[in-house]
Amino acid sequence: MTDTVVRAAPPSAAKPVSNSLLRHAQYVISENSVTGMAFGLFLLLALCALIGPYVVPYDPLASGPATLSPPSLSHWFGTDQTGRDIFSRVVVATRLDMIIALSSVALVFVMGGLAGIAAGFFGGWTDRIVGRISDTIMAFPLFVLAMGIVAALGNTVTNIVIATAIINFPLYVRVARAEANVRREAGFVQAARLSGNGEYRILLMHILPNIMPIMMVQISLTMGYAILNAAGLSFIGLGVRPPTPEWGIMVAEGAANIISGEWWIALFPGAALMIAVFCFNLLGDGLRDLVDPQRRT
Amino acid sequence: MFMTIGKRLVTVIPTVIGVVVVTFLLTRVLPGDPAVYFAGPAATPQSIADIRKSLGLDRSLPEQFVRYVSDLAHGNLGNSLSTGRPVVTEITSRLPASAELTLSGLLLSIAIAVPLGILAAVKQGSWIDHTCRVVTTAGVSLPVFFTGLLLVYVFYFLLGWAPAPIGRLDAFATAPPQITGFYVFDSLVSGNFETFRASLSQLILPALTLCIFSLAPIARMTRASMLAVLSSDFVRTARASGLDTRTVILTYAFRNAMLPVVTTLGMVFSFLLGANVLVEKVFAWPGIGSYAVEALLQSDFAPVQGFVLTMAVLYIVLNLLIDIIYGVIDPRVRLEG
Amino acid sequence: MAKKLHKPLAPALPDASGARPLLDIKDLTVEFVTRRGIVRAVEHVDITVAKGETLGIVGESGSGKSVTSYAMMRILDRAGRIAGGSVMFSGLDLRDAPEDDMRDLRGREMSMIFQNPRAALNPIRKIGRQIEDVLLQHAQVDSEAVSERAIDMLEQVRIARPRERYHAYPFELSGGMCQRVVIALALACRPQLLIADEPTTGLDVTTQKAVMDLVVDLTRERGMSTILITHDLGLAATYCDRVTVMEKGHVVENAKSDVIFKKPSHAYTRKLMRATPRPGVSLRDLLPADAPKPENAVTKIRSRKSNGTQGPLLVVEKLVKEFPRNSSSAPWTKLFGPKPPPEEETFRAVDGISFSIARGESVGLVGESGCGKSTTSTMVMRLIDRTSGLIMFDGDDIGEIPARNFAKLPLRKRIQMVFQDPTDSLNPRFTAGRAIADPIRQLGGIAANKVRERCEELAEQVGLPIDLLDRFPHQLSGGQKARVGIARAIALKPDLIILDEPTAALDVSVQAVVLNLLQDLKDSLGMSYLFVSHDLNVVRLLCDRVIVMRAGQIVEEGPTERVMGRPKADYTRDLLAAIPHPPL
Repeated sequence: MTDTVVRAAPPSAAKPVSNSLLRHAQYVISENSVTGMAFGLFLLLALCALIGPYVVPYDPLASGPATLSPPSLSHWFGTDQTGRDIFSRVVVATRLDMIIALSSVALVFVMGGLAGIAAGFFGGWTDRIVGRISDTIMAFPLFVLAMGIVAALGNTVTNIVIATAIINFPLYVRVARAEANVRREAGFVQAARLSGNGEYRILLMHILPNIMPIMMVQISLTMGYAILNAAGLSFIGLGVRPPTPEWGIMVAEGAANIISGEWWIALFPGAALMIAVFCFNLLGDGLRDLVDPQRRT
Repeated sequence: MFMTIGKRLVTVIPTVIGVVVVTFLLTRVLPGDPAVYFAGPAATPQSIADIRKSLGLDRSLPEQFVRYVSDLAHGNLGNSLSTGRPVVTEITSRLPASAELTLSGLLLSIAIAVPLGILAAVKQGSWIDHTCRVVTTAGVSLPVFFTGLLLVYVFYFLLGWAPAPIGRLDAFATAPPQITGFYVFDSLVSGNFETFRASLSQLILPALTLCIFSLAPIARMTRASMLAVLSSDFVRTARASGLDTRTVILTYAFRNAMLPVVTTLGMVFSFLLGANVLVEKVFAWPGIGSYAVEALLQSDFAPVQGFVLTMAVLYIVLNLLIDIIYGVIDPRVRLEG
Repeated sequence: MAKKLHKPLAPALPDASGARPLLDIKDLTVEFVTRRGIVRAVEHVDITVAKGETLGIVGESGSGKSVTSYAMMRILDRAGRIAGGSVMFSGLDLRDAPEDDMRDLRGREMSMIFQNPRAALNPIRKIGRQIEDVLLQHAQVDSEAVSERAIDMLEQVRIARPRERYHAYPFELSGGMCQRVVIALALACRPQLLIADEPTTGLDVTTQKAVMDLVVDLTRERGMSTILITHDLGLAATYCDRVTVMEKGHVVENAKSDVIFKKPSHAYTRKLMRATPRPGVSLRDLLPADAPKPENAVTKIRSRKSNGTQGPLLVVEKLVKEFPRNSSSAPWTKLFGPKPPPEEETFRAVDGISFSIARGESVGLVGESGCGKSTTSTMVMRLIDRTSGLIMFDGDDIGEIPARNFAKLPLRKRIQMVFQDPTDSLNPRFTAGRAIADPIRQLGGIAANKVRERCEELAEQVGLPIDLLDRFPHQLSGGQKARVGIARAIALKPDLIILDEPTAALDVSVQAVVLNLLQDLKDSLGMSYLFVSHDLNVVRLLCDRVIVMRAGQIVEEGPTERVMGRPKADYTRDLLAAIPHPPL
């Protein structure tokens, strides 16, 4: 059916096509205002992360006299049990959470992506070993494994990043492997062999560029998941240590107070969490539209 | 059919071995010296060394591993240092609580997400479709502990509809006779309606929290899968043969669309077992998740080990079940293997 | 919940001049909403089918032939709609009929069969049940007798052991059998009209004949009308009473079968006729009469420097390839399909064949699917390793060099390939220029700044406009992509090119041009060809010698004219007999 539609406008009559990615990106964003909004949110988050600590009204670590006061003009998000300003803490926490998310995603993208495409393309022992590692990780409920790893190694930011990377490893391996596998015997790969390309060269120069778009989508979606993971670990006390401002810890600190009605301590960091994750998920969806329109969900 | 199950069991063995090894390694790397903790603040170096010896911590790593595996074979998961009780008993007594919570959350989630996904696919582009997309994206973005807290705030504090989040039963009710360990089921079956109401009302909010958490992946997968199937060749044949909409959607499209959804359930379970831990903390639910978290914070390694191992084994069993269900639905898997 | 048995529609009167046709489409226009705006797939089309008549709708891709039938049955996808005209079926207006009425008609009065038969069946439902669904839907029979009716239908479509096969799933059946099941589905309720949309594409030539004969027998028996949608003129000529030719959404000609093939009046029809490979014509005759002479009409054969010996370029001796077979332990598979002997742990795709190719010679390798021709060509290409046997290229034993080491050797330059699917064989992220340049950069030994020059030279040689070199594959047409593949293959000036069904995915008019290009290149560059194909007509035009394979073995070989004209082997005779001939 689509073949008919495409042919109805013969290629010679088509306008000269611009290969501009930017043009296509503009089209997708304008077509889909939700993606545009997500992009705007992303910029806001980046802004908070970069300049937040310099422009907030109060020192996020400084206690104050007004404890447990609801949102007001002087304290936009209210104060917590020791009088610290919640707004400042929420903004400053952006940087930490973003760093955790970015590092763990970058780490797992490199490790998992490369392992996956090697496994998918070469098969044989590479596939078996990577598969075994992946299966062993996946045998655990992932958050539980992250708990175990952070508990074993200690409560530091580095360890949270490592744990998050490890639990996302199987997912990246699976996606990369599937994509490489599909293309392994494709005509253009055979043609590349005929042209004198060695196997490693084919992997990096021919297959990887084709896989990148899908991996980009994965990255965006996993960013959200990484933030949630770090926050979850902090919530049960396995993450960042107080008094460092981090969204998950702040929600934990405010949890007990919710029952007595002091909602602002937990709500604002929770809402920040939600907005950040929401933003990355929408971006991921938008990226998917950009990259592969047939797979629109 | 049994041959297929047998084969799958065999492939599971290396995974179990891997899990056992990893759990062993993890807990031997815990910071903090359990011997010091156990000996108490007034301990002398000699008593610490004695305790360490009795715990077997002075042996080499491979020796400890052998002891560990033989203990496992005897069903011995060690003793909790903080409570002194065997880990196995604690876990088995607390398991029904977690299972009840997780299962209720999952069933509720499937009951909502699957019809939503199907509707969204059938009426693609309509308001139902857009609502579905927004709801699922939002659901995936909410941290599960935050959802729990929000629900508590709204339904307990503001509206007063739900009871306080203090566990499975409030102070006045007593536990029903033990049949399955599921309070709601047991109290219903034994005719104890007071307890039934009490346990159900305590269960609603945490189960709802888990439900909201797992709605998104299930609804998304259902929708995507239905969309793919609805545009497939064999659905086109069904339509061209004049089959009515109900038959096309249910008999032809839905059964085929469910295959990837069943596979997704495995992943959803993994998330749920993890989210379980967080929800148990918010609602003070006495399950194995909260048991493990308390032990973790005290560097008490036997419960943590037991917990991770139990969860992993549970998860393996669940995945096996899912594979079997998949084989029942899809004859291609059965007959070609 | 008993459904009342529906009365069939009042049948159209028997065909006499002036009688009302069964199907009368007038001035039909169909539009699609796409990203680029509204596209008209079909414009002002008139089609009529009389009772008991078989109409062929013929056209290349983009002609709108399928869209017309989808529109008529009202199964267009969401983006499409009928924008104008009328569709009258046995006096009923199909365009405005309510969906419930259409559902009644579909399957009961008019039905459709599609290409790719295995995908057209529900993969997790037994085929017997699928036939029953249709019967029960249209209340043709009550629920006790429905299984018997289903088995009866399976028998009518000539499926052996119908009672057993009732319980089969589509993946257990061959492509031809799946198509028969689809036909059973379509004819179960004895409709008045059957639409067959490219029903034999992808099937072997012998299976194709069996399926078409079946369709024709069943429809003639029942006095049904048929619409056969196809791009294959031979098929239309063999099986249709009348033919309608479509081009780019319009009807260009409509006449009785013998008239249209003997005296086509429209220029496009004539072009299609000319371009169809058939016995008795040469390659040049395929091109339109007024086509400009191709630039490379150099007939001089440049002699190639050889290794000192003047022997054949390629010698293959007792070549064997075995694949390990997955042992199927499921008891259910014992019921269906041939039982493999218990000692057969491996599958012999190529069973000890020997042949040779001389310099400058073009050899065709033909056979149906599964005969081992593709495996043979892949081994000669050195992309996979042989199990045993000799592959000698210009005096060197290339068979013993492992496939994974071959890519970096200078020998690699001398054997190249043109692939079947132009889309699959081009890297979607490479421009056409980069794809052509790749072999030059890896093995060509040309200075980096001269690579572009060489690409442009190659583009000219294959008739690809230079400005297309910067385009990506999805921006090129099928014919343009094929040219890119050919340019890439000749870039290193190879001695031997293996062509694996290079024109199978192309429209027949594009195929004519590409085949001529291949012939001209071969002559001007002095290459040898190994042309792998299932299409005997094409092989006849391009090859000096032909080798016929079946089940891993060579059944017959010899000069093309002799093998095609006076075949010695029965199998070759069967193959030739199964090709539908256009009567020209």
